[in-house]
Amino acid sequence: MAKATFKIWRGNADGAQFVDYDTEVSEGMVVLDAVHRIQAEQANDMAVRWNCKAGKCGSCSAEVNGQPKLMCMTRLNDLPLDEPVTVEPMRAFPLIKDLVTDVSWNFKVKEKMKPFTPRPPDAEDGTWRMEQEDIDHVQEFRKCIECFLCQDVCHVLREHDLHDEFIGPRFFVYAASLEMHPIDTENRLEELKDSDGIGYCNITKCCTKVCPEHITITDNAIIPLKERVVDEFYDPIKKLFRVFSR
Amino acid sequence: MASYETHEYDVLIIGAGGAGLRAAIEAATGDLKVGLVCKSLLGKAHTVMAEGGVAAALANVDERDSWRVHFADTMRGGQYLSNARMAELHAQESPDRVRELEAWGALFDRTQEGGILQRNFGGHQYPRLAHVGDRTGLEMIRALQDHGIHQGIEVHMENTIVSLLKTGDRVSGAFGYEREKGRFKIFSAKSVVLATGGVGKAYKITSNSWEYTGDGHSLAYHAGAELIDMEFVQFHPTGMVWPPSVRGILVTEGVRGEGGTLTNSEGKRFMFDDIPELYVNQTADSPEEGWRYTQGDRDARRPPELLTRDHVARCIVREVQEGRGSPHGGVFLDIAWIKEKIPNAPEHIRRKLPSMYHQFKELADIDITQEPMEVGPTTHYIMGGIRVDADSQMTAVPGLFAAGECAAGLHGANRLGGNSLSDLLVFGKRAGEYAAQFAMENAAVPLDETQLDEIAAHTLKPFENPVDDGSGEQMGPYDVQAQLQEKMQELVGIARSQESLTQALEEIQNLRDKSANVHAIGNREYNAGWHTALDLDCLLTVSEAIALAALERRASIGAHSRDDHPEKEESGAGKYNTVIKKTDDGTMEIRRHPIDELQANLQEIIDEMG
Repeated sequence: MAKATFKIWRGNADGAQFVDYDTEVSEGMVVLDAVHRIQAEQANDMAVRWNCKAGKCGSCSAEVNGQPKLMCMTRLNDLPLDEPVTVEPMRAFPLIKDLVTDVSWNFKVKEKMKPFTPRPPDAEDGTWRMEQEDIDHVQEFRKCIECFLCQDVCHVLREHDLHDEFIGPRFFVYAASLEMHPIDTENRLEELKDSDGIGYCNITKCCTKVCPEHITITDNAIIPLKERVVDEFYDPIKKLFRVFSR
Repeated sequence: MASYETHEYDVLIIGAGGAGLRAAIEAATGDLKVGLVCKSLLGKAHTVMAEGGVAAALANVDERDSWRVHFADTMRGGQYLSNARMAELHAQESPDRVRELEAWGALFDRTQEGGILQRNFGGHQYPRLAHVGDRTGLEMIRALQDHGIHQGIEVHMENTIVSLLKTGDRVSGAFGYEREKGRFKIFSAKSVVLATGGVGKAYKITSNSWEYTGDGHSLAYHAGAELIDMEFVQFHPTGMVWPPSVRGILVTEGVRGEGGTLTNSEGKRFMFDDIPELYVNQTADSPEEGWRYTQGDRDARRPPELLTRDHVARCIVREVQEGRGSPHGGVFLDIAWIKEKIPNAPEHIRRKLPSMYHQFKELADIDITQEPMEVGPTTHYIMGGIRVDADSQMTAVPGLFAAGECAAGLHGANRLGGNSLSDLLVFGKRAGEYAAQFAMENAAVPLDETQLDEIAAHTLKPFENPVDDGSGEQMGPYDVQAQLQEKMQELVGIARSQESLTQALEEIQNLRDKSANVHAIGNREYNAGWHTALDLDCLLTVSEAIALAALERRASIGAHSRDDHPEKEESGAGKYNTVIKKTDDGTMEIRRHPIDELQANLQEIIDEMG
């Protein structure tokens, strides 16, 4: 069996650094397998989040060789193993320990957003009628596994630290899934413009590139929402109408 | 006594998968204060992994379906060992539970008429599984989560419960720790709902994650509740087998529902060779008829690939053992072949089975639209679990409820695919409702504080244990876990015997001794080694229960196969549940509890459905 070196970020908010670990690697292994092997054999107390190990739960987000990735879906044979593989926690969130960060901000953001509010049911049995083609887009957004890699890579959060003014790509996708839901009746455009800070996004598409679910975040979620905000608040005719209707 | 951070609730829910979330939502409908504790982040529980769909007799695709057919299918699938009242409630209430999810934002795939689309699945007579491609579990947990966060429920993420607290006979709360700093937390509650899921981590090859260490089973057992039918562990027939690092990851039954076939190394569809008597009348005679069934022909019968999971898993093991397996010790699951039947097959497959397509592409370099997959059985689910009252989901311990996988009764000797997601909705709601009712009808009992320091000391013991106890045989927490998984896989797997089970019980006892001495390095902050050491208690308890129950049932029925007792029933034994309880001296005791005859009206349904 071949050996490879992993430089893994160890420590907590008081201080952390890379620590080198050599471990054996075999066919088909992913980064998470290597981290687990190191944890079981050399570093029992190493902190790492994971659950499904199949790209479905979005727990094991990290930065592998500087790239935001799910560790369970990053195969070692796609990495150059003649040099050390670096594994670091997501950098847009405060470090708890080793590869685990404090992502609680994301849960608070979602709680503040206006919840799904359906129109009255279409049928007597309390159900609705929807065409498949009308929900295809929304189903794309609902593929999101909340790994928060899009949040991690978004420069508004990562470099400018605007967590109080900007909800990030994940929650624009969430807003889009509600706004475009065929039976939702709520209007979230004012929040999107003001407290959610959609204007900060300058559509560099970094989020779309890292999405492990291949959701076209920028084109299908953020840009349409931006357009709706513009139509609602910056359309001259509507603006005029608002002035007179006051 | 040391001081502890304490949280007071009317109802405490332990576990935040589908059952826990549904229970919490229900318990929070009144003015009660509800706490929800989970080991991971919210929305990451195993429900997220469920792929194929949620079973409910909505009759949107085939109007011949009804709760009566669903009831009969569930009973037949469980080999008539299910709790009939639970099967009745489940079949009657699951359609409403599914429709309710839509009111909370879930978006299931649609029929031409705009209703919820349903698909075929093993053991279900009509297309019955409401689904979203092959990511139904994600849709469900997200709908519950996004609705639940607006119901005033207090959520404690990344907290693990190590013991229930009792005051006299009643449950009065729970003792746990939070992962981040390793600090203890006490939860006091008038009623407690266990919704902790399964036990898959007791086995080496499993579709389950690190969380599934039988916590709820073990907590309930130590608190005096009973465990029933623990021998029934479901080995899902189709897990990935290659590469080694992904062995056990689930391949949805939906692949077979869409027309996927199982073949051996000789290219033969071996499932046609062995069709159980109970299903002869419902199974296709030819590949052609089976294909027509998967494409919605109402007059066709299901292909044998869609027989119950226990049977399909055994047939795969037989093929492998008799030398007709695939190169990596499985068999072939082929969906690519449907290109002979339909135009644009690759696109059709990617649309119907998107996450399977990605899973194989990214983890195994296999394009399932072009070539067959290699699959083999993987430990997936436990039918057995905490014994509960069918209507209220209360255990033998007053105030303690259980729902979802950790509870037992609905699935008997074998669970049908799709019946787990409906189980956790129907009985999660019921557990939440009755736990709330209990909390309203019973005043809080003060915590018995004498037990707290003792539990705390036990929880910290892995740090106190010497790094080297001088025995030369000391093991670390990961070593004990790995060895237990090896032994359970080898001795308490698909094929069992008195010899293997007796040996397993010895090995488990031996590992229990070792686990008492495991040392945890480092400190209490987010320390995976310490957590693994603590989980061993639960894993060993459920492993012992599974092996003991498997030894007691001297027959081969449903998911439980005894090489030394191939017949379906032990002569003269009748139908019974195995019941496990902790005795006063702390040992595990097992007995048989006869299953009552079915109520006449339910028996009529079964007779009528043939």
